[in-house]
Amino acid sequence: MGYNIGIRLIDEFLAKSNVSRCVDFKETAEMIAKVGFKMFLGVTASVMNWDADGTCCSIVLEDNPLVDFVELPDTCQGLYYCNILSGVIRGALEMVAMKTEVTWIRDMLRGDDAYELQVKLLKQVPEEYPYKDDE
Amino acid sequence: MAAIYSLYIINKSGGLIFYKGRMDTNDSLRVASLWHSMHAISQQLSPTTGCSGIELLEADTFDLHCFQSLTGTKFFVVCEPGTQHMEALLKVVYELYTDYVLKNPFYEMEMPIRCELFDINLTQAVQKDRVALLGR
Repeated sequence: MGYNIGIRLIDEFLAKSNVSRCVDFKETAEMIAKVGFKMFLGVTASVMNWDADGTCCSIVLEDNPLVDFVELPDTCQGLYYCNILSGVIRGALEMVAMKTEVTWIRDMLRGDDAYELQVKLLKQVPEEYPYKDDE
Repeated sequence: MAAIYSLYIINKSGGLIFYKGRMDTNDSLRVASLWHSMHAISQQLSPTTGCSGIELLEADTFDLHCFQSLTGTKFFVVCEPGTQHMEALLKVVYELYTDYVLKNPFYEMEMPIRCELFDINLTQAVQKDRVALLGR
């Protein structure tokens, strides 16, 4: 579900925020955290825990409007209620040529103290034009 | 007042998803795929690094302005030579696309656009300050 939202959301984000192409993944992550979350959810997130080669980071949200009135019942204790957000980020980044993997590390609904998403860049997929080798 | 002859929107793979103008459908499809290929080739041929393709084509009887979003969708407009503010118009069309096409739950990605609200708002946006020859 999140993936389908993400692939459409990215165009709206690009149209309304007028940002130019990001130079590297670090800038992309900052864009998502500062501009993206602000535009669509009204909260600012922070980026931390960069790994050595700059392909994996954590986005931390202090406040998550999606869960303002939500409580997980006993039958759903293992549910990732906010997993839609990881789909949205994955879908959006795929439309701009980045294959990523997004997972929840900390989730307040399951008892942690904050919301932490881990975004890992798997690879960059530049546009390939079909080339027919006639020889 | 300057006139706009036609507006094309093409998807990532080069297929025409929206056309407003007075050309025959087959011809418009041909122009769209031609432009898609030319745009791609120009990106490869360009002497400057980081080029994103042709933005403006000036001919004797028309100008062609093209805008490519970071997601690969191309918006281009054929207008009278010397028409001003076409880039701004293309940005407006991009915003209308995100608002009325992408948010339409019945619209399938990369398919031809059949959204009434998009058409209405597009005509309004174009007619605001210029004479358009679209769809007549």
